[in-house]
Amino acid sequence: MTALVSDSPQQAGQSLTMSGALNAALECAMGLDPKVICLGEDIAEPIGGVFKTMKGLSAKYGADRVRATPISEQAILGAAIGASLGGYRPVAEIMFFDFTMVCADQLANHAAKLRYMSGGQTPVPITVCTTIGSGRFGAQHTQSIEAWFMHIPGLKVVMPSNPADAKGLLLSCIFDDDPCLMIQHSGLLFGKKQPVPDGDVRIPLGAASVVRPGSEVSVISYGAFVQPCLDAAEELATEGISVEVIDLRSLSPLDRETLVESAARTGRAAVVHGATTFCGPGAEIAALLQEELHGRLSTPVRRLGAPYAPIPFATELEVFPTTARIREELRALVQGRRDD
Amino acid sequence: MAISEHSGTVQDGVAPDGGTLRDMFRTMLVISLCDARARAEARSGALRAAFYPVHGLEAACAAIGSCLQPSDYLVSTYRNLGDAVAKGVPLRAIIAEAYGRIGGTSKGKGGPMHLADVSTGLMATTGVVGSGLPIAVGLGLANVLDGAGAVTAVTFGDGATSIGATHEAMNLASLWHLPVIFACQNNQWGEHTALRDYAAEPDLARRASAYAMPGEAVDGFSAVECRQAMRRAVERARAGAGPTLLEFRTYRLTPHSAVADASYVPPDELARALERDPTPTFRQSLLDGGLLSAAEVEQLEESARAEVEDAFQYALASPTPGDEELYRDVFADEHLVVGR
Repeated sequence: MTALVSDSPQQAGQSLTMSGALNAALECAMGLDPKVICLGEDIAEPIGGVFKTMKGLSAKYGADRVRATPISEQAILGAAIGASLGGYRPVAEIMFFDFTMVCADQLANHAAKLRYMSGGQTPVPITVCTTIGSGRFGAQHTQSIEAWFMHIPGLKVVMPSNPADAKGLLLSCIFDDDPCLMIQHSGLLFGKKQPVPDGDVRIPLGAASVVRPGSEVSVISYGAFVQPCLDAAEELATEGISVEVIDLRSLSPLDRETLVESAARTGRAAVVHGATTFCGPGAEIAALLQEELHGRLSTPVRRLGAPYAPIPFATELEVFPTTARIREELRALVQGRRDD
Repeated sequence: MAISEHSGTVQDGVAPDGGTLRDMFRTMLVISLCDARARAEARSGALRAAFYPVHGLEAACAAIGSCLQPSDYLVSTYRNLGDAVAKGVPLRAIIAEAYGRIGGTSKGKGGPMHLADVSTGLMATTGVVGSGLPIAVGLGLANVLDGAGAVTAVTFGDGATSIGATHEAMNLASLWHLPVIFACQNNQWGEHTALRDYAAEPDLARRASAYAMPGEAVDGFSAVECRQAMRRAVERARAGAGPTLLEFRTYRLTPHSAVADASYVPPDELARALERDPTPTFRQSLLDGGLLSAAEVEQLEESARAEVEDAFQYALASPTPGDEELYRDVFADEHLVVGR
């Protein structure tokens, strides 16, 4: 099979939500390769997964290949791993990101390590799809623990910010020979529609995307926080401040070259994410930039993430970076002062 | 034949033929000689590895291996020497892996807890108690999707019956009628705690009824009974009749690990078990039954000793992995290094 690999798919296609784009990726992958199978809670018809990303697949490809499971995260992950050892390319859906903790042993001790521990004999080409909740779910359905999995050698971690990237990244994950964790944000799944390329158009893993070029400060983000960064950049442009916005797309592998090149050019960098700031992905990125660019940055790298608290139910308590906060922080960085 | 009074049915007792028994005896000889040698090397400090002896399991291991084809899968644990030998993994590679050498099954990067040999169907061995069962479910799923009649066996100790992954795996395997043989090697000890002290229901085979699958307890000291039970389970699996829980009731004839304290083991209980040491017991029954002559037994013992000696010589002569192996096998692309 030949896949188109595109850094930024330009082809116009159907206008889809992120949920629809993920569904299109799964349908494309299952059609291309009979070894692609899906496992997860409620994924068969008529539900098609609680986030609808598996909609229609069991009807089209059969209950043998699209298997609704019990509420058994360890069995889902273990079954995916075992099937991959047997030559399949399973996609396992773990409904909420928080529930990956229930099967972290399978993910971190087995999926990530079996290739290494067997001296390369037993690759684990699985894709684990999971969702970060938003809105009124409370502390056990809204965590952003992507840094946990970035910390496990052997796992690849991706988080799309838009429908076209979601499709291209998921296709790359499914056909990648390493275990991949695909994390989508529920706030994006049924959000803005976007033209999504038809067919097998993939986005390479480990390649960030400069989604808005700029010259005075680099803001690095991913997933649901890319759009607020773009909005802040647009507002700052009216003040004459030029912001470069980088969408990581892949957290592991991390596109170190793009980040270092951008920050070296602008001289300032900020990282914005929904994960807790303390030990979050921003810590690694800030360390990287400071190790590589010490003395060449005009300000310390700034991190904007969630506070060190469980996610509160009351949404009046503001925990996630907003466009206004990002704008203020970036302006302060460029103007060489801090407002906090 | 001992059958759990609550589950299982007495089926045919067709005895294995002479050639099969002879092969099993030779396998048991290699396992027991190799196990004794590895224990001695670990105690002397020459083998610097956590080594978990299999003394007492020889009959169960040989029976499991004897009923499986190379195309059938096996998942084992950290107490895997007997399983690996019986599945046909080259002894040289097993011992070299224990010493962390490049000639090992995993190029010295797995260690004795993490053998794998895809060519003989040993797909994974885990150091996490109970984690192999969900992986075996996935291999069983691959067997079904392949449609070629292969089956998957997974071994685990009695201790693994207390962890949640075991429950999830048994439920899913039975729900999906997968060709999985859950082979519990009950040595009566979960680390340093007796089965009767940690299990509310120490009749482990009985648990099968909770998953609507056959459960059978067999005398784990008897090579013939072990083989008959395993053969029935494999036949059921191959015929599409789903999984079986087999409980091989035996006894741990050594400490938990080669160097662990075992002063808590009741001496009379251990003495009674040692009287039934599977390999000498089987040897005597083969002699008594006239299946092997004293000269044939001696010849088999001599060839087993030579094979074990050769494996240790090979292991010690094998180099340790070079620096180039450190990052290799983390990912499929050996040049992809995410972090240093």
